[in-house]
Amino acid sequence: MADTEKKEKTPRQPMPEQPPKVRAKNFDEVPLGLSPEAAVAEASRCIQCKSPACVEGCPVRVDIPGFIRLVKDNDFTGAISKIWERNGLPAVCGRVCPQEAQCEGKCILGKKGDPVAIGNLERFAADHERANRKAPVPERAPATGKKVAVVGSGPSGLTVAGDLLLKGHDVTIFEAFHRPGGVLVYGIPEFRLPKEIVFSEVDGLETLGGKVETNVVVGRSVTVDELFEQGYDAVFLGVGAGLPMFLNVPGENFAGVFSANEYLTRTNLMKAYRFPEYDTPVIRGKNVVTVGGGNVAMDAARTALRLGAENSYIVYRRSKTELPARAAEVHHAEEEGVQFKLLTNPTQFFGDDNGRVIGMEALQMELGEPDASGRRRPVEIKGSEFRIDCDLVIIAIGAGANPLLTQSTEGLELNKWGYVVADEKTGKTTRKGVWAGGDIVTGSATVILAMGAGRVAADSIHDYLTIGW
Amino acid sequence: MFKIVKRQEMAQGTVVLNEIEAPLIAAKAKPGQFVILKANETGERIPLTMADTDPEKGTITIIFMIVGKSTALFATLKEGDAYMDVIGPLGAPTHIEKLGKVICVGGGTGVAVLHPITRALKEAGNHVFCVIGARNKDLLILEEQMKAASSDLRVCTDDGSYGHHGFVTDVLKSILTENNDIKLVVAIGPVPMMKACSNLTKEFGVKTMVSLNPIMVDGTGMCGGCRVSVGGETKFACVDGPEFDGHQVDFDELALRLRAYTADEKESHACFLNKAKQG
Ligand SMILES: Cc1cc2nc3c(=O)[nH]c(=O)nc-3n(C[C@H](O)[C@H](O)[C@H](O)COP(=O)(O)OP(=O)(O)OC[C@H]3O[C@@H](n4cnc5c(N)ncnc54)[C@H](O)[C@@H]3O)c2cc1C
Ligand SMILES: Cc1cc2nc3c(=O)[nH]c(=O)nc-3n(C[C@H](O)[C@H](O)[C@H](O)COP(=O)(O)OP(=O)(O)OC[C@H]3O[C@@H](n4cnc5c(N)ncnc54)[C@H](O)[C@@H]3O)c2cc1C
Ligand code: SF4
Ligand code: SF4
Ligand code: FES
Ligand SMILES: [Mg+2]
Repeated sequence: MADTEKKEKTPRQPMPEQPPKVRAKNFDEVPLGLSPEAAVAEASRCIQCKSPACVEGCPVRVDIPGFIRLVKDNDFTGAISKIWERNGLPAVCGRVCPQEAQCEGKCILGKKGDPVAIGNLERFAADHERANRKAPVPERAPATGKKVAVVGSGPSGLTVAGDLLLKGHDVTIFEAFHRPGGVLVYGIPEFRLPKEIVFSEVDGLETLGGKVETNVVVGRSVTVDELFEQGYDAVFLGVGAGLPMFLNVPGENFAGVFSANEYLTRTNLMKAYRFPEYDTPVIRGKNVVTVGGGNVAMDAARTALRLGAENSYIVYRRSKTELPARAAEVHHAEEEGVQFKLLTNPTQFFGDDNGRVIGMEALQMELGEPDASGRRRPVEIKGSEFRIDCDLVIIAIGAGANPLLTQSTEGLELNKWGYVVADEKTGKTTRKGVWAGGDIVTGSATVILAMGAGRVAADSIHDYLTIGW
Repeated sequence: MFKIVKRQEMAQGTVVLNEIEAPLIAAKAKPGQFVILKANETGERIPLTMADTDPEKGTITIIFMIVGKSTALFATLKEGDAYMDVIGPLGAPTHIEKLGKVICVGGGTGVAVLHPITRALKEAGNHVFCVIGARNKDLLILEEQMKAASSDLRVCTDDGSYGHHGFVTDVLKSILTENNDIKLVVAIGPVPMMKACSNLTKEFGVKTMVSLNPIMVDGTGMCGGCRVSVGGETKFACVDGPEFDGHQVDFDELALRLRAYTADEKESHACFLNKAKQG
């Protein structure tokens, strides 16, 4: 007990960051990473719980006290090997997991003060390894001669591919875009997750013998049936939830109203922030409205600032406590000057003679009775219409299931929203030899949940290939 | 990498044909489908319809008009050079069936898009009238090919330098007047041309299909940038189209959305021309 009290006195080591004013004008990463000294100091705060609650909070059950002890002992290479036992993408997860709702949310130190900065430490170990390359690369089991096709190269597909390669199977990833990585590459901005990190993870898979076929739209370029005809023994579907939702209010088709998918894809994947060096343009608004309150909305609103917005507004129909974004994202957005218009619901957009958006009308809301999700339902205040002038609008209210692949695949049961029905414990779909996981099963969720689903499916695919369905 | 095996200039160098090695796409492509191409690392993703495919040779053919930075860049690629990325086949294939008499109308590079559809309609047993037009004789493309692909080809030029003096709609109108048993009109070309054709066929009560060309990014239904209003509903042209019922399309909205990046496009093209000048 005395030990606990002593350790709690070391404060949580702050993450060095680019100052808000500076970073709001560039696309470089915001947090700069812990120094080795700070990482060791932070690691020493962990009291090494016997039954660690933090691990319960981590969807893939990283041995958190285990790796933190190694960091504390200055064995950074040992630490990354320990994390890799459960998590193949720690440089990504350390940066984008909603830690406050997962590992850190459960950390015992959080009861009285600040929890251990588990995410920052995970990121530290991964970055240290990427810079030094000392950890032994995991061994591949002898070749089994079995072929697996992984459709989609987001976190679920990358996890399935990595696990099955290690088990000795021959794995090919098929990706519709010209670059692998899924949302990690086209959605999450460079200032939050440098693309070089994702590409280095993909390179790792290729070093293990994995093949990545970009520019292949499964369902169009090749069908799932054809993959089986070509000799694949199993197929994993990790195609994400890539269907943009719109508000369905008047004026939404004016030029300058984007889905978040389009806005972020143009900016991140196509590098419109470096236009005209890169050829893809994106509209640079002075007064920008982003509709929505999740991570996607924060990314869009912060991107707009970096592309020169004077005013970047988040318009969200509930109140601040209901914002679904990671706490760190909301905090960063506020620091950078994003303005929150809460309890606000857009009703229509206005355009000029050239068909370009020039304004938005919205209604003020108040919170009523709790709805099915347990959150208080926003209700319109009659007659509270007001107008915001804007020249760019980004709709970031969520994504649905893209039917392109599922419609072209026989024997796949879908739920009423079009998501693939898959067994939670195995990832098996209703079609023999086909597994699914990640956002195409759960709807938009998180990187780590998609990876967890990939892990489950990989285990089940391995059983199938070695034992049977 | 996707190698260019044949390159040819048309319409006095304003239009370029590329035959490209893409065996997987060639094996699957159907009339009416398109590909998205990206020339190099810094390039943008550009949708172009397949004007032809050769599954045996494993090649696809695109025909594009040089209008801005990316098409100008594509035009600099020589035989033996390669596109970095080619994605497809995308879009829903044209619904081809035997109907009887049909009319195919093409303007500008729309003729290239129309070519495989015309051929397929004729092969399905239809009597295919075909009307193609250009501003003048030198800008007319694929006349020979269209003649072979259709049953009855009419040509027109805006300035009267060749064929009928006037617009494709004039000729379309006379065919519709002379034949009261036309089952379908397919009109592909610039937005104003497709709009005029659709307005005309509406008067005659003849079903009309147009192929829409909104600005696209992914071509797989994930960005919504290609949205068009059809019958008051929002559709994604890359997956729900690109072909739609011309009588239902909001052409004015499409024309405005096509101008969303005009200033940027000019800047990008100017940079390109400047660099080319400096060598
Ligand atoms: C802007 C944004 C910010 C986010 N921020 C966070 C965050 O901070 N923390 C967090 O935990 N989560 C975040 N998320 C959510 C998280 O990124 C997703 O839950 C996760 O990426 C889902 O992984 P996935 O493997 O299911 O699919 P995705 O990452 O969506 O990848 C699917 C891949 O499949 C490809 N594909 C689709 N259809 C086909 C086809 N027919 N053929 C071939 N390939 C196909 C797609 O091109 C894509 O590359 C964010 C999401 C977005 C959009
Ligand atoms: C399904 C489809 C099939 C097409 N088939 C053909 C074809 O067979 N032959 C042909 O010559 N053209 C075709 N086009 C049009 C062609 O894509 C554009 O001319 C081309 O993208 C212009 O690019 P640019 O950089 O050279 O010119 P820019 O100066 O950048 O653009 C010129 C104009 O082209 C349009 N445009 C710009 N970017 C895009 C984009 N990413 N997607 C679509 N349109 C854009 C805009 O209206 C713009 O004002 C097709 C378009 C679509 C959507
Ligand atoms: S993977 Fe995510 S939830 Fe698990 S320990 Fe790492 S940061 Fe926490
Ligand atoms: S709960 Fe917190 S203190 Fe306990 S082991 Fe986990 S990180 Fe360490
Ligand atoms: S081009 Fe993105 S949805 Fe059609
Ligand atoms: Mg262009």
